[in-house]
Amino acid sequence: MTQYEVVIGMEVHAQLKTKTKLFCSCSTDFGKAPNTNVCQVCLGLPGALPVLNETTVKYAIRAGHALGCSIEHTSVFSRKNYFYPDLPKGYQISQFDLPICLGGSLTIQVDGEEKEIGITRIHMEEDAGKLVHQGADGIAGSDSSLVDLNRAGTPLIEIVSEPDIRSAAEARAYMETLKSIVEFIGVCDGNLDEGSLRADANVSIRPVGQKEFGTRAEVKNLNSFRSLERAINYEVDRQIALVESGGTVIQETRNYNDATGKTTSLRGKEDSHDYRYFPEPDLKPLRLTQAYIDDVKKEMPELPSVKKERYSSDYQIPAGDVHKLLLDLDLNRYFEKSVELSDDVAPGLIAKWMVGDFTAYLKNQDEDFASTKVSHTQFISFLTEIDSGKISGKMGKDILEKMVKTGTDPDKLIKESGGSQISDEGELSSVIDKILSENQDVVAKIKAGKTKSADFLMGQVMKATKGRAKPDLVRQMILDKTV
Amino acid sequence: MIPALIKKLKNRELKSEALVNQTFDRIDSKDEQVKAFLSTFKESALEKAQAIDAQLDAGDELAPLAGIPIGIKDNIHIKGKVTTCASKILQGFKAPFNATVSEKVESAGLIPVGKLNMDEFAMGSSTERSAYQKTTNPWNIDYVPGGSSGGSAAAVAAGMVPFSLGSDTGGSIRQPAAYCGVVGLKPSYGRVSRFGLVAFASSLDQIGPFTRTVEDSAYLLNAISGYDPKDSTSETQAIPDFTKAIGKEVSGLKIGVPKTLLSDKIDSEVRDSVVAALDILKAQGATWEPIDFGYFDDALAAYYILAPAEASANLERYDGVRYGVRDDASDYLRKMISKSRGTGFGDEVIRRIILGTFVLSSGYYDAYYLKAQKVRTLVIQKFNEAFSNFDVLAMPTTPTTAFKSGSFSEDPAAMYTADIATIPVNLAGLPGISVPCGFSKEKLPIGFQIVGKRFDEESVLQVAHAYQTQTNWHLEEALS
Repeated sequence: MTQYEVVIGMEVHAQLKTKTKLFCSCSTDFGKAPNTNVCQVCLGLPGALPVLNETTVKYAIRAGHALGCSIEHTSVFSRKNYFYPDLPKGYQISQFDLPICLGGSLTIQVDGEEKEIGITRIHMEEDAGKLVHQGADGIAGSDSSLVDLNRAGTPLIEIVSEPDIRSAAEARAYMETLKSIVEFIGVCDGNLDEGSLRADANVSIRPVGQKEFGTRAEVKNLNSFRSLERAINYEVDRQIALVESGGTVIQETRNYNDATGKTTSLRGKEDSHDYRYFPEPDLKPLRLTQAYIDDVKKEMPELPSVKKERYSSDYQIPAGDVHKLLLDLDLNRYFEKSVELSDDVAPGLIAKWMVGDFTAYLKNQDEDFASTKVSHTQFISFLTEIDSGKISGKMGKDILEKMVKTGTDPDKLIKESGGSQISDEGELSSVIDKILSENQDVVAKIKAGKTKSADFLMGQVMKATKGRAKPDLVRQMILDKTV
Repeated sequence: MIPALIKKLKNRELKSEALVNQTFDRIDSKDEQVKAFLSTFKESALEKAQAIDAQLDAGDELAPLAGIPIGIKDNIHIKGKVTTCASKILQGFKAPFNATVSEKVESAGLIPVGKLNMDEFAMGSSTERSAYQKTTNPWNIDYVPGGSSGGSAAAVAAGMVPFSLGSDTGGSIRQPAAYCGVVGLKPSYGRVSRFGLVAFASSLDQIGPFTRTVEDSAYLLNAISGYDPKDSTSETQAIPDFTKAIGKEVSGLKIGVPKTLLSDKIDSEVRDSVVAALDILKAQGATWEPIDFGYFDDALAAYYILAPAEASANLERYDGVRYGVRDDASDYLRKMISKSRGTGFGDEVIRRIILGTFVLSSGYYDAYYLKAQKVRTLVIQKFNEAFSNFDVLAMPTTPTTAFKSGSFSEDPAAMYTADIATIPVNLAGLPGISVPCGFSKEKLPIGFQIVGKRFDEESVLQVAHAYQTQTNWHLEEALS
């Protein structure tokens, strides 16, 4: 049986967090009544003209810096022509042959292994409006559609990857990393489900060893990381089955349906548009000086790659935790602030508790690091108790869980649970002596060499101290007293 | 004319209300024949006039042109008034915003009295392509006024308004100015804002004035020029006081005249008038000589690729979804769009959209659109070369005088050659003016064109005015 290699390229559209649209000063605020964030320009009224929003350019440059691209000193806007009711001018102002950024790369981590995925280009373009279909869930079966142009003209950047991705897992890792990057540099909210980040996957297969790429199909409607993985896996299976049964993959656009888990054909090559790109005559070519490009770099938030280096080298945080610290912007912000406020607690300890238990407890509460009731000071104070050994790890988990639930101060919770960890030998000694005297048969076993039996005695001591005794100290004392 | 009007208004010899009433009286008596106006607004015009009169009576210091009526081509938005672009697809479309030039016209105190007829979406050279009415040449009702700003030219030539605004993409101000015996100025590309001008070809369109005298056009140019942040193609060039160019002597100025436009490509009467005009300038101390230019045919071909290409995209917004005509009977989207456009657009517009779409399509872009852009660069370079030796260029505005209405109904493309002398000027973004310089045997006007370096309207006005001080062609009135 032929072994196939999967080849995937990702096309991602990121909605930029500018206050106003790409070519007019309408607000980009979400959730307004239909057709209220509109003006002659984004409505495509006769006589209207586009004027470029400079913040969009800055954000596109930030993305270019973050992805290691070459920022072009001259780039040109182009008209991409096609008819659709959500496209008021009948053309989209985009960039075609001379985009603002070229080249670059992104490092992903899958199963602990790092891999570099090439970036082909980044360009700016305006978003279309929205169609709300009436009488059915989607366009099929609907009897009319309502056009809402609030979104028309919102700035987007399109990030195109090289076809370097080789699996659905890699594609997912790519998206997760890209999402965190655009969030961290402050240009995009990065929500797949809300549509501020949109992904299309170009998927093809080829027999292992073949140099030429197979025909690719474009898969759309991937609005969660899970959908993305499932869709790609389905598509790969579909293409392999097709080829194995003697068929050929045709170049087409396919839609992923999360309910069925399948991709279906949307339109074929014959129906594909000839966009008739030509340079936008209403806008001059965009010329950037190196000084301008450099200033954007200086002013932008710290790149994830720079943080990564800092966390590894300066903080000595293990790679797995570093990776997690860079996936969620709220988590990262909370981490950085906690490190800032802490004098004695090591960043590594802060990280360990945050990416592990803290995250899990937040998830149980349906909260995140932005909404949590636990203040940085409370968290640091908690970690100080852990660090000093005043409370055990096990106790710490319980305390932290309560903190997440109620936002109560850790010392209050520690008091309530009956005090902190007992590590005073004197205090423990009397308890241990009592347990030993009540379990002479077990003591005999230990004396005979079955040191494992000490565990039973440990359990009894922990029970007697309501879990507060310091476990390794208890164990050591039991052994000392019995041997 | 303007200086006299300004004086009389200021010393209250003349009231603005009287001027406006006079305008409407003339429209009533003459426009049934000329058919220059698509719509008029007597009420709002009188209101404005009365307000200005009150201020002038009180001795207020007003903008220089305050109180004078003006006509506006129907592709320029006046907020709240209908803009049709002489097309059925925009029938009844009320402009929701003011064009920048309309704001400037208002700040200048000028009083718009109505919207003027044109070829549909500015595509044409005769105004016969208007979906509403055919404007006639005030000098002879059987002849066209030229186009696409035929209504703007005719209204001034017939004495209905002292001046008007038109737009010029390939000659649409200068050619009708020549056919109607008035002055028509196309400023440099980027000199006047295009915001609120319904686009035909974005890299070629400019708004400009029609007047009886060159001096008046300098006043209007002052009023409408200037960088507009709402138009990314408008330029930040400083605006000189263009009226200071009026009256400057031309001795020592060097005028280049493309040989090709003195050949038998040009009607002999037109040629003779233009040469006579050049000799008048010579008598004033300027010098002129024939030069090789050589790109007129190529420029014409390039224009009829580039302009339709840009237009095909600019007119995609007329899809029946948000405004304009919509074919409500259609039951699915593609049908709705194509029927709305098919019935809303006239033949010439459809012809150019199809042509423009073709030259941009996959497989043809390089051979047509890209090549035409390269020719455009050659034309620009040729002009630069000519201007390194000459201060201005002069030539006939058109190869012939106005033609009879219906002349090109069998062969629409043959009309395109009417713009041979005007088109290259748009391709290069240069300023050009047409000035009346005579009449044919049939008493049809002849115009000659003066072209300057980019942003050198001053030299253009200087030379044109100097010529006008020695002639009376511009004082003749059609339909007096």
